[in-house]
Amino acid sequence: MTATLTVDGLKVAIGAANVLRGASLEVQPGEVRGLVGESGAGKSMLGRAVLGLLPSNATITSGRIAFEGRDLLAMAEAERRGLLGRRIALIPQDPMTSLNPVKRIGAQIGNLLRHHLDLSKRAALARAAELLTEVAIREPERVLALYPHEISGGMRQRVLIAMAFACDPALVIADEPTTALDVTVQRQVLQLVERLRLRYGSAVLFVTHDLGVVAKICRSMTVLHAGRVLEEGETANVLTRPRHAYTRALLAATPRADRPAEALRPVPPALIEQLWSEAYRLDDVAVVGAA
Amino acid sequence: MADIAVTSIAAPPSRLLAGLKRGGPRLWLGAALVALLVLAAILAPVLAPHDPLEQDLMSAQLPPAWMIGGEPAFLLGTDSLGRCVLSRLIYSARTAVMVALIAATLAAAIGVALGLFAGSFGGWVDQFISRLIDVWMAFPPVLLSIVLAAVIGAGLTSVIAAIVVVDWTRFARVIRAETMVQLTRDYAAAARVIGLSRAELLRLEILPNLVPLLVTLLAVEMGIAILVEVILSFVGISVAGDTPTWGSMIAEGRQIVYQAPWIMALPIVCIITSVIGLNLFGDGLRLALDPVQRS
Repeated sequence: MTATLTVDGLKVAIGAANVLRGASLEVQPGEVRGLVGESGAGKSMLGRAVLGLLPSNATITSGRIAFEGRDLLAMAEAERRGLLGRRIALIPQDPMTSLNPVKRIGAQIGNLLRHHLDLSKRAALARAAELLTEVAIREPERVLALYPHEISGGMRQRVLIAMAFACDPALVIADEPTTALDVTVQRQVLQLVERLRLRYGSAVLFVTHDLGVVAKICRSMTVLHAGRVLEEGETANVLTRPRHAYTRALLAATPRADRPAEALRPVPPALIEQLWSEAYRLDDVAVVGAA
Repeated sequence: MADIAVTSIAAPPSRLLAGLKRGGPRLWLGAALVALLVLAAILAPVLAPHDPLEQDLMSAQLPPAWMIGGEPAFLLGTDSLGRCVLSRLIYSARTAVMVALIAATLAAAIGVALGLFAGSFGGWVDQFISRLIDVWMAFPPVLLSIVLAAVIGAGLTSVIAAIVVVDWTRFARVIRAETMVQLTRDYAAAARVIGLSRAELLRLEILPNLVPLLVTLLAVEMGIAILVEVILSFVGISVAGDTPTWGSMIAEGRQIVYQAPWIMALPIVCIITSVIGLNLFGDGLRLALDPVQRS
């Protein structure tokens, strides 16, 4: 079976800094994979590279990104645009700023639908209302006529989720979609993603630094550190029996109610040094082989 | 379902009202002054009590009707050739409005196109357009207009051309900067991820966000266009001599300013009122349209 997404030895540099140093991962059809790592590990950059959203000063120096076996980097611009939004979708990080402030919700969803599907304006609006119902928004017709600032953050995130799944995507990249939301809304959002993913059979690459979220919804996970994959495998295995010292440190740094506060101490500098040297020495493939 | 239908129908008008309310007194006052100007221009033949060109040397330099020696037939008096000042002021509005509308719109069209281009492409395209704007703005605009009018000859077309050629830079500079800002916003990235091309992104997502800014610029530019037309007709290189304009009225009134100050003062009042009206209107519209202010 062809993997939905294959990232192979991806290296991305911003100026002299190597943001990704040969990261590889695979997402199988229908799989939910968590991509975790601390800030600056390169996890968002990896998601952005797949979507063609790298900042203009970033360059892909080597590596391959393939979607359903087709090389995204070698693909013609127009062909790639045809995939984006339809087969590959994004749930953005910040719902407050990711909707166009001057366009009604209905116009935004409608435009997306009409851009990829051959729909009349009326049919697009009807479908948009359906989508809003799927993400548990009541009175969808009323919401379609509103502007983004007139609805709450949680509701905006649900609109963005609806938009991500609107054209039946094979792959959804969720870029820390819960970080900007409070905890109660977070749970609803996770449930929605889970429900829609099952309905549309989409694979999800869930970029996050929240191991709790990964434990909840991701069957498998990839740990990224300093632009390289340190460890990957079934979530349950990685979380209960971390093979790598960095994963253990990451787990130890997760706040938990059943542990004293001292576990929240930062990773000591010596350990970071050791981790860095390990990151350079380790071959991705060797660690990945454990999966 | 019934109440859903009602609210969705009721929502837009209330939003419109809220917008008008946000515009505040600026919007109302500005709209009133602009309406006055436009109405005067359109209805000039109906409103003007006399033919603006009709000379009556027997009643030259009459003061306004309420002053000693004024005649009720000439409400704002007459000029040195005995032409009705009120009628000439009203007819002058036609030239002013025409120049303001056409010149500002054309300048905006060119400026917005180049600004979007520079702002979205960046790189050498941006460098080229930005340097062009810098060089262009280094010339004194009025001098450039005068030279242009002198080269392509007097007339309404050359006045408009002069304004467009000089003032597209105002739009290009501001639109370029704002396009760059908007493109860094998350919604622009989100729009790119749904597969929009650069042109679609600019047209569907960025441009609607530039509307409030554009409205303000346009209104200010219309005021500037009126002023430039006044300057050019003051020095006599605007429209043909027999068409009344505020600028030519000032020029004529200047020579007899001690004997008949109102001949010069009245067109100045018209100019100031028009420009203030346009600026207030633009400001008010921006407040009414700006989504950031919507809450």
